[in-house]
Amino acid sequence: MKIAVLVKRVPDTASVFKVAPDEKSVVTDGLKYIISPYDEHAAEEAIKIQEAGGAEIVVISLGGDDCQETMRTVMAMGADRGVLVSVPAGLSIGAHGVAQALAAAVKREAPDLVLAGKQAVDDDASQVPERVAELLDLPHASVVSKLELADGKALVDREIEGGKYRIELPLPAVVTIEKGINTPRYPKLPNIMKAKKKPLDTVTLEDLGLSADAVKNQAEVTKVASPRTDRRNQIVGGDTADAVKEVVRLLRDEEKAL
Amino acid sequence: MSVLVLLEQRGELKPCALEAASAARDIAAAAGMPLNAVYIGQSLEGQEGKLAGYGIAKVYAYEHASLSHYSNDAYVPIVRDVARELDAKVIIGSATALGKELCASVAARLGVELAQDAIGAAWAGGLVAKKPLYAGKVLADVTIQSVPAMVSLRPNSVQAAPQDGPAPEIEKRAMPEVSLRSVLKETAEATAGKVELTEAKIVVSGGRGVGGPENWHIIENLAEAMGAAVGASRAVVDAGWVHHALQVGQTGKVVSPDIYVACGISGAIQHQAGMRTSKIIVAINKDPNANIFKLCDYGIVGDLFEVCPALAEEVRKVRA
Repeated sequence: MKIAVLVKRVPDTASVFKVAPDEKSVVTDGLKYIISPYDEHAAEEAIKIQEAGGAEIVVISLGGDDCQETMRTVMAMGADRGVLVSVPAGLSIGAHGVAQALAAAVKREAPDLVLAGKQAVDDDASQVPERVAELLDLPHASVVSKLELADGKALVDREIEGGKYRIELPLPAVVTIEKGINTPRYPKLPNIMKAKKKPLDTVTLEDLGLSADAVKNQAEVTKVASPRTDRRNQIVGGDTADAVKEVVRLLRDEEKAL
Repeated sequence: MSVLVLLEQRGELKPCALEAASAARDIAAAAGMPLNAVYIGQSLEGQEGKLAGYGIAKVYAYEHASLSHYSNDAYVPIVRDVARELDAKVIIGSATALGKELCASVAARLGVELAQDAIGAAWAGGLVAKKPLYAGKVLADVTIQSVPAMVSLRPNSVQAAPQDGPAPEIEKRAMPEVSLRSVLKETAEATAGKVELTEAKIVVSGGRGVGGPENWHIIENLAEAMGAAVGASRAVVDAGWVHHALQVGQTGKVVSPDIYVACGISGAIQHQAGMRTSKIIVAINKDPNANIFKLCDYGIVGDLFEVCPALAEEVRKVRA
């Protein structure tokens, strides 16, 4: 069994995000970067499979050199090695480009199972793992809260609004992971030390047969703004009976929402 | 040339399908293109009338019992092929759990970009989608150059506003041959009558202030009075008081109801990410300094154990 885990380095969303003067980006100075939390659940799931029956785990990411830190975290959790698709700083790559590059990197590894978080918490786009699956023509399932492997198949619980699907997928397959499936472990210090010595290969877009033009972003952010700040912030006073009466009146008569 | 809208169903057409149709109609009008639709499901029969007033010329209906539940093996090739057949320039879908998977997969097959989970989209010589980033702390305009430009819209973020007009022509299509690799073994659907969190017009959420699972009925009672879906903060889910499917927040559901009532919720960033696009926010909290009051439209500083039952009673009274 070989498992590829796709991870993304993202800004911690607890940070303060300021709109840059160009109004097309955010100020990145001072942002703290973390592994996207859902990817951590994906990594944990891979390690649980490894512990249960043995598996080789390769962590794959795309980005600059600072992604190595994110990947080492997953290696400290238990992944065996890493492949970083290194892209030049300043190159804006769209989801289609990222997926093409990751698909090429995954294909080289020929894993039995590809795991990733259900979304990355920077743009919450929920699309790269699904694209990787389609580009490699692999069966896939998203937002999975339970994963079992047996007889060359994956049996998954796929969350939908107000319910779930239980789906059986032949391996190799791509599965995106929902939180609640497990509790990611904190790497222990000796494992953090060991992770530093684990192999981490770097490949370029050219190595994967892709030109910068082929991965060019075709969905550019042309403007960014702060979200609405025009909330009324009206505290409705008085005793409880008066306050609820007034709130109901406001919702019903003023806002016509109730 | 066409704008194409993907009509999501779960047995019946979902409200988000009509929201997507509404947005697609306005985009098609601005772009000077006809609007067509794809329906994939068991049967559209008897629901055609719901689709009147959205300017849809034709619905390509793929109806079959085996298509009643989403399967990317079956749905993705259908949408891809219809998009190619109609030379679609814009494709609008819904950012539901299944809609997002469909849109991402179709985008890959067409080799185009997709603004996923957008809260609006408009035509300005090209498609521009409005999309929250970084837990909703930033709103971005994303201009999509690839053709077709794809957008999935967050449920409740666009209003379904039918105009006068006829129901669309329905063209029934034979189910194409597909080899299903994944097999749907079992489905557990929502209980009938229960309001689904992400589509609810009103959401009542409880936080740590509720005190414990034994008090959760206070939230449920208020939700019932308001005809609302029940949500919860991460603290409550992590404490195991309620199922994680109820969690509103960045690592939970993202909701955009007309009214969001936050009871005993402090208003952490993680929670805000899930509810800040709500139209009206009502906060009930005993701490006058709680962050949620900076975010709300209307706030009551008070004990939720008193305020929530009183509010439920008042709503029942005015609705009686």
